[in-house]
Order: sequence, then structure tokens, then C-alpha cells
Amino acid sequence: MLNAARNLRKRGVLGVNERNAQMIMKYNPRHLYPRVDNKVLTKELALTAGMAVPELYGLIGHQSELRNLSKIIGERDSFVIKPAHGSGGDGIIVVTGRSARKRECFRLASGVLVMESELQYHTSNVVGGQYSLGGNPDTALVEYCVEFDPIFAEVSYQGVPDIRVIVYRGYPVMAMVRLPTRMSGGKANLHQGAVGAGIDLGTGRTLGGVLDNAVVDEHPDTGALIAGLQIPGWNFILESAARGLEVTGLGYLGVDIVIDRHHGPLILEMNARPGLNIQIANCMGLSGRIARVDKIQGDAAAPDARAKFARREFSATSSLS
Amino acid sequence: MTMRYVYLLAALLTAAGVSIFAYKWQVLGFPLTDDQETPAWTVETSVHFDAGPGPIKASLQIPTLTPGFGTSEEYSVSRNYGFSVNYVSGGRQAQWTVRRTAGQQTLYYRIVVYEDRNSDSSDTTPPFPLPPVINEPLKTAVDVIVNDVREHSADAASFTAELLRVVNSPSPASSVDLLLAEVHSPLEFVKMMTTVLAAARIPARIIRGLELQDRMRQTNLIPWLEIHDGVRWRFFDPRSGTENLPNHFLIWCRGDDALVQVDGGTNVEARFAVQKNFIDSMAVAEQRAKVRQSALVDFSLASLPIQTQAVYSVLLMIPIGALIMVLMRNLVGIDAFGTFMPVLIALSFRETQLFWGLVLFTLLVALGLSIRFLLERLRLLLVPRLSAVLIVVVLLMLVISIVSHKMGMETGLSVALFPMVIIAMTIERMSVVWEERGPADAIRGGTGSLVVAAVAYLAMGMNWLEHIITSFPELLLVVLAVVILLGRYTGYRLTELVRFKALAGD
Ligand SMILES: Nc1ncnc2c1ncn2[C@@H]1O[C@H](COP(=O)(O)OP(=O)(O)O)[C@@H](O)[C@H]1O
Ligand SMILES: [Mg+2]
Repeated sequence: MLNAARNLRKRGVLGVNERNAQMIMKYNPRHLYPRVDNKVLTKELALTAGMAVPELYGLIGHQSELRNLSKIIGERDSFVIKPAHGSGGDGIIVVTGRSARKRECFRLASGVLVMESELQYHTSNVVGGQYSLGGNPDTALVEYCVEFDPIFAEVSYQGVPDIRVIVYRGYPVMAMVRLPTRMSGGKANLHQGAVGAGIDLGTGRTLGGVLDNAVVDEHPDTGALIAGLQIPGWNFILESAARGLEVTGLGYLGVDIVIDRHHGPLILEMNARPGLNIQIANCMGLSGRIARVDKIQGDAAAPDARAKFARREFSATSSLS
Repeated sequence: MTMRYVYLLAALLTAAGVSIFAYKWQVLGFPLTDDQETPAWTVETSVHFDAGPGPIKASLQIPTLTPGFGTSEEYSVSRNYGFSVNYVSGGRQAQWTVRRTAGQQTLYYRIVVYEDRNSDSSDTTPPFPLPPVINEPLKTAVDVIVNDVREHSADAASFTAELLRVVNSPSPASSVDLLLAEVHSPLEFVKMMTTVLAAARIPARIIRGLELQDRMRQTNLIPWLEIHDGVRWRFFDPRSGTENLPNHFLIWCRGDDALVQVDGGTNVEARFAVQKNFIDSMAVAEQRAKVRQSALVDFSLASLPIQTQAVYSVLLMIPIGALIMVLMRNLVGIDAFGTFMPVLIALSFRETQLFWGLVLFTLLVALGLSIRFLLERLRLLLVPRLSAVLIVVVLLMLVISIVSHKMGMETGLSVALFPMVIIAMTIERMSVVWEERGPADAIRGGTGSLVVAAVAYLAMGMNWLEHIITSFPELLLVVLAVVILLGRYTGYRLTELVRFKALAGD
């Protein structure tokens, strides 16, 4: 047992306790949490900072505003309803289209058909606080449904794959792409069964994948190879992620980005307590890169310089990996 | 930097907790286990006499300073008599008074003493005695003996030892024969010795006491000799001349005043009976602390009303549960709902015992969950739905109680003692997780909560631990120190070793 711990330490694997004590408590002051915990606020901040986000169609902040839902939806075919204070993918409904025969019937990402009344009921649960921390009343967002770039078509089962970049003190240190599976119900959250694949920060190419903490080479549903995919606009993605520091003020941050077919990379959300499975997806611990950033920190570099540093230092071919 | 403060704080807390604990344990003698008992003797003095026609006043000498013994309680049994304890020149005196009574009377005085090596006799230093007035021919005999003994001794103690040797010699000198001519009892013998010692200007007095044994029906006070050497009182065996006190010797009274005196009564007789028994060490320790006026005990749990004490004996164990919680979550890494939910569940297990607690809790949550899913179909708003779950839980509890009672299983009744808010919250949390992350996550979280609760329950239910914590609440400072240290534990969790197994290989 001690041996296993020593091995992990040697490989620079970051544990939950260490992450909480050394990263989150040190660099993420609590009063800044609302900036990431409240998706409405995150969206506003990201927009003012000039980052691209999925367009907001409308907000429902109160049970009495529920009837606005159909107005907000209007004639749109696809949209997403999510709680402003949700986490872990809880309470998110992704509507991808309408039934061909009955237009008042919506098709979810999972293929299930639902009536508008069911959407309303769900929204009312969201507003009632079922998915927010401590059950506090919440706001429901209705936003643009990302149509993912065909690059991922082969390796996603329904739903939108998203890219997670860990940004430490403004420097992107690790990234992965999360690929929805049948098991994850089209959502890109690893603990729901999505596949995670590490990304070479230098090139933006995917490395191998993991599913439930085990290494996989192929997507479980589509059978396509996971490694070697080139993510488009990688430089832009890294720069946007690096800008997360300026937007949120948080020193340890997970930035979630999706690539839309029409709009390119969009910031979906940011996370003050990003999970550690990214290490498994990259077959590598975070500690070494964090120490590297700590060493050069001091000169307040601009976001693009920090992204460049990451591309140079943390590529799969550089010495550190 | 912060790390140093953390260590410092933890060290301070530990030091404070441990030193108070050590003081109470070693000095005040607080027992470490609750079955520890201290031997104690109940000494009963019964005073018998025939009442005369007039008012009656009976006085009995009772123990005042008892080196080697502590008093745990004393009381008198005497119907119709007024009772008081007075301080007179020789020490304490119990006094019974009655205006009119008739026939044979018996008065009881009881005292419970326990051995206490630390109970010292802070006795007064007496003045040098005046030379006693002795009539001839005794005076010459005393002078001869004093001169003779003084020749062979150096100080008060050796004088006393030599004197006792001389007078007890098998072939006594003529002066000794003269001295002891009128001595007929051990008491008179010791009294004569004090007279001789007074002639040599050595303060001395008679002490009378009991050699405590397991059980003595009828026993009498043994006279002993006590002299003051200018610094402290010393005890001498009047017969052998050795300096000692018999084992378990309880000094009852000092001086040669009559042990008991009854004004208005005749045929007075006093008897002693001794019975050894055991009393709770805790009570002894508290008694001892009271005598020393130790603030530690004044401000202890024992100073609270009994009912509040009972509440605290539960409350004080919660930190142990919290410690278990920290260990299980930060060291082991078990998933559980809520931060303190498992500890609260563990508390409710106290009423049901572990096995039935687990069974009933699981049953209730499972039933509640299924109801919750039925309610889900009705599309109720959140708060009404939660309230509906709560109501259903109450009804379920009632049904379980009634059904198990009808089946003759009384344990089912204890389900009513579960805090249902906790159950309702567990159900709600679990159903949300169930829907959103699937049954696997929900069941994992639920099982984790129950595992943590069970471990916390077992830890909080350890009798010796409960005893230790309730008698030494300062040890919670040590628990606090441990929790603070764990708060800075940045190593891996046990479950992470499994989780990152793929990364551990080379
Ligand atoms: N606008 C959107 N379009 C398409 N899919 C979305 C959208 N928003 C969220 N999702 C899906 O839901 C998942 C979780 O969303 P996210 O905004 O990260 O919320 P959470 O804080 O709950 O993780 C995403 O990974 C994505 O798969
Ligand atoms: Mg997310």
C-alpha cells in the first residue's frame, strides 16, 4: 500500500487532499466562486472578456416565469436547458430537434421524445433548486445547443464532446477531451461514463483514452480509434483557456470548451474544483507541471504568452512529459 | 509557514489536553475504566445506654484528622434526637440531644473512609508541655527514669524509643515497677508514658484508633502513642517501642478524654463494627478533588445536573464520530451523502443497536425511495414533494412499528427514534443522484454513508472510550488537534491508490 503511494508520488500524481489544500485553498478565494458556480455570471464575464460562449436564449428565474418558456423556445429546433448552479452535468436537458410529425414533441440528445409540458416540469424543478447546492432556488438557462464539429463524429455517441483544460495560475497545464458514450447519456462527464482522452498540449492531438479509470483505445460505442485526432483551433483554445485566470481570478481552474460546427470553440463553463481524472486520461501526474509553473511564475505574462509557454513546455515530446 | 502554525496549534492543544488528563489521572486519581473501585470501610459506632428521666445529651468523639484516610461520607442514625457535630479541644465531637425519652437507647454514627496515601495530617505544632505535677514517691521514680533514658538518647524520637524499651523490659528496674504500680489498662499505660514524656518536656499525646480489617463485629479502640519532635508528629507502638502505625490504622480520636459521655443516661457503652466494601473510584476522585478545591473538577461535567450530564455523555461522543468521519473521507476516501449525515445516522443507531439500525434504515430509505419515484410521476413542485416524502416516511415508520410489534419483534418499535428529517433528506439526496448519475452512484453513496455511520457508531459506542471522554473531556482537545492535523493531510486517499492504479505502474 505504502509502495503504491510512493509510486504515485514518484509519478507526480496529484491527490484530492493535496489539490484541495495546495491548489484550491491557496489560489481560489471563496468569494470568487460565484463567478464560476453561477453559469449566468460566467457567461457575462466571458462575453465581456471577449471570449465566445453559446448564445443565451433566455432565463427563467422564478416559477411564475415558467410560461415564458415556450416564448423563449419559440420556433427553435434545438436548445439546452440547464441550472445556473448545477454541477456534474446534473439537471441538463439537451434538446436536439423536434419530432417530424408532431412539432410540439421534442427529441432529446438521447433520442427520447418529450412533450413541452415535461420540459416545463423539468424547468420548474431546476428553478425550485433540485439541482443546486443546498436546494436553493435557482435560475434555469435556455441556451444555444452546440452542434459539434464533425471532427468528433466518429468518437462520440450522441451529445457534445467537450475539451477540459486545467489552467494553473493562468498557464494551461493539462487538457483532455471528453467523449460522450451511450452510458453517459450523451453527456460529457467522466463519472457518468464518458470516455476521457488526453491531449498533447503542444500539438492539440489526442492521446489514448480512459473509461472508468481504465485505459481504452477505441470508443466503446462507435469503435473508432481515439488517439491521433487533431483538434481544430488548438492555439485559440489554449489562449481562451489561459484567459480564464483574468476572467475569474481563480488560480486553479478547469475550463470547459466545446467546438461548434458554425461558431468554433465556445466556452461552456468554468470549474473551481476540476476533477483529477484528467491525469489518468493523460497517463501522467499534474504535480510536475505545476511545479514548473510555480518556478517561472513572477513575470505577469499575457494570456497568449502563457499559452505559448504551455505549448512549448508541456508538449508530449518535450522533456517534462 | 501556515504549516508551522498548524503544528504549533496541534502541539499546544495536545499538551493542554494531555497535561490536564495526566493531572486528573495521576494526582486526583480519576479512574481510567469505569469499573474501578476503591476499597472503603464503613465504621459504625453504636452508643448504648439506659435513658434517665431528664433530658439527655450524649457526646461521642469522632475522627478529625485521619492521616492515610479520606472520608467519603458520615452520618448518624438516631430517631428523635437532635444531632450536631461540634469542634472541641480534642477534635470533633458528635452530639445527640433529646428532651425526654425512656428505655434502652441506641445511637449510631457511621463513617465511610477510603485509603488515601496523599491525605496528610496538617496537624498543629503543640507548645512544650509544662512539667507535670507529680506526687511523691512517683515523682522520684519519674525523675530517675527520665535521667536514665536521657543518658541513652539523642532527641525526642530516640528518647521515646528508649523510654518504651526501658518500661517494657522483661526485668524492669524498681523505678519502673513503682511507675506502673497503678497502671491497669493499655490506655492508662500510654497515659503514664505521656506524663513521663511531659516531664522530659516532650509533647506527647494518646491516640486511639482502629486497625481496619475486612469485617469486625465488635472491636475496640487501640491506644497508641504520638509524640512531636519539633517538626512533625510521630507514632510509637507503646508495647514494642518501634516507631510505626499498624496497617490500615484509622485514628479515631486523640487525648484521653472519655470516648463517649452521656448526661442523663446510665450503663453507657460504645461499640465499633467495621465492614469493608468497595466504592466507585470516580466518586472517591471527585471527593478528593473537592477537598483540594481543584477548579478542574469544579468546572467538570460532574458539576452539572444529572440530566444535563446524560445529554453530554452523548454529545461528547460526537467529536469521536466527527473524527471517524474525517478519517473515512479524507484518509480512506469513502463517498458519503452530506458532511455530517453519517454521524447523525450513527447517533440514531444508538437507540436501535447496529444490526437493526442498518436493517431499519435501509428498509425505510428503500421504501421512501420507491415512494419518491412514484411521486416523481405526479410532477410535484420541489418543496411539496419533499414534504410529501416526509409525511410518507412518518407513515412508513408507523407501519413498520405496528407490523413488527404484531409479529412480536419489539426492535421494530425503535424505528420511531430515527430522526426522520435525516431519513427524508437521505431519500431526497439519493433519488437526485439516482436519476442524474444512475443507480450505481446512488447506491455507492448510500452504502458509503451507512459504512461511515456504522464505523462511527461502533467508535462512539465503545464503553471504555465513552467513560474516558466523559471523565476526561479535555482529551477532546487532542481529538481536535488530530482533526486539525488531518486537515493539512495532503497525501493520497486510500481509494485513490486504486483509482490511479493505471498511473502507478512504470
Ligand atoms: N449548450 C450546450 N449544447 C450542447 N451540450 C451542452 C450544452 N451545455 C451543456 N451541454 C452538455 O452538458 C454537459 C455538462 O454541461 P456543463 O455546462 O459543463 O455543466 P456542469 O457544470 O453540470 O458540468 C456538457 O459536457 C455537454 O455535454
Ligand atoms: Mg461541466
